[in-house]
Amino acid sequence: MRNSITIAGKELAGYFVQPVAYVVMTVFLLLGGFFFFSLLQRFSMLVQTYAAMQNPQVLQRINLNQIVIEPLLHNLSIVLVILVPAITMRSFAEEKRAGTYELLLTAPVRTGEIVAGKFIAASAFMLIMIALAGIFPLILVAFGNPEVAVMLSGYIGLAILSIAFISIGLFTSSLTQNQIIAAITCFGVLLMLYVISWPAQEGSSSVLSELLRYLSLPDHFSQMVTGIIDTKDIVYFLSLIFVALFLTQRSVESARWR
Amino acid sequence: MIEVRHLTKVYGNFVAVRDVSFNAERGSILGFLGPNGAGKTTTMRIITGFMPASAGTVVIDDLDIFENSLEARRRIGYLPENPPLYSDMRVDAYLRFVARLRGVPRSNIENALEHALHVCGLEDMAHRICGQLSKGYRQRVGLAQALIHDPPVLVLDEPTIGLDPRQIHEIRGLIKTMATGQRTVVLSTHILPEVSQICDKVVIINEGRVALEQKISDLPAGTSLEEVFLSAITKEHHELEGSREETLEEVGAGRA
Repeated sequence: MRNSITIAGKELAGYFVQPVAYVVMTVFLLLGGFFFFSLLQRFSMLVQTYAAMQNPQVLQRINLNQIVIEPLLHNLSIVLVILVPAITMRSFAEEKRAGTYELLLTAPVRTGEIVAGKFIAASAFMLIMIALAGIFPLILVAFGNPEVAVMLSGYIGLAILSIAFISIGLFTSSLTQNQIIAAITCFGVLLMLYVISWPAQEGSSSVLSELLRYLSLPDHFSQMVTGIIDTKDIVYFLSLIFVALFLTQRSVESARWR
Repeated sequence: MIEVRHLTKVYGNFVAVRDVSFNAERGSILGFLGPNGAGKTTTMRIITGFMPASAGTVVIDDLDIFENSLEARRRIGYLPENPPLYSDMRVDAYLRFVARLRGVPRSNIENALEHALHVCGLEDMAHRICGQLSKGYRQRVGLAQALIHDPPVLVLDEPTIGLDPRQIHEIRGLIKTMATGQRTVVLSTHILPEVSQICDKVVIINEGRVALEQKISDLPAGTSLEEVFLSAITKEHHELEGSREETLEEVGAGRA
């Protein structure tokens, strides 16, 4: 555990020494701000339109959670599909290229501890970034009356989703010494998780369709965004994290196989 | 004490190391010699537990590097062919990181750091960024990270490569002082005078096999190490290639 924390500390410090971390955060928050602004503008336009039309039923159904926060979180999750590979691509690939992999693997440290250290660092970075994006709901709370619990559930969903992405990114980085290959493979896997349910026919209950729908990431995520924290969805994300980290550990360990 | 027992390493169809065995005793420096591509780096990577052998094993102070890997690795300080530096870290931060990784107790880290910086002549470089150091200083930082946890076994892969003559002289003096007491040092090189100057024992490896294992003091009087080296690796050639005649000059030219 001490070794993991040592590695995590070094990794986390590394993110902030490198301009990559600041660029990633800036892009994430700027895009988030843009989405937030345009969604809020749309919200205010809808309110004005339906108020002018004297349509109280519709007016009552328009709320900040549905019109602003939900689409905002979905958009941010897609931004993460692009940004996470940029963060995780270095983790193992760069060590292999720079020769520091020899230092790590000949140190009296278990491979699991190395993977855990890198996972903790990348997850911490992600959580900092998502916490900074918490400014958007705070603005809504200050000037409107959204449902706080629902927003919180959505942000928890975004956090766990980003950690699952990180795990997948660590795995693809452990496979190669080329950062570009690591990033593109990770991007491919993440995007695939988004679209995997497309061939599943609407309303079909065949085993294959059910399976594809279960694997589909947005289905689980949108549950959490609407404020439903279901064990089924938590289990989905946790197993994604577990499987990816397990594969990463095997992949690093495989250097020691005869 | 390092015991290398019947080490064989196969990459696909290529046999890099073939049944290599030798011992390095406590308190001595073993020079590991060989032409480029002879299997020096592969052997050292196996000794340090970075990669597994296809057959055979290595025992470090009675600990098998495969069976008892973690304990065995704790005893090793290793300088790989390229110093394993994180280019965006400061020298002192880097050495602290390595010390923690190698299990130096927290209360001892500052002492270990100061000692390593002092021994390697890096006091003035402690706040520099690793990536901005010259080759010679990178090599010194590499050496400092190898001995920061005061390991009983030191494995150095071409420690003097890329240094200027003055630095080579300094590093050699440094290595000589390291073998005092109970420490075992193995260093690979293809600079022959280096071995006769600082080593107690020489192992010559050629095309993956041990061609010679001898104490420097036991070398025949009047013959230089160069002659011993060339005859060892040409004898190997003759054995391998049977009838093919090869003069010393040809081998010399091939090496150049």
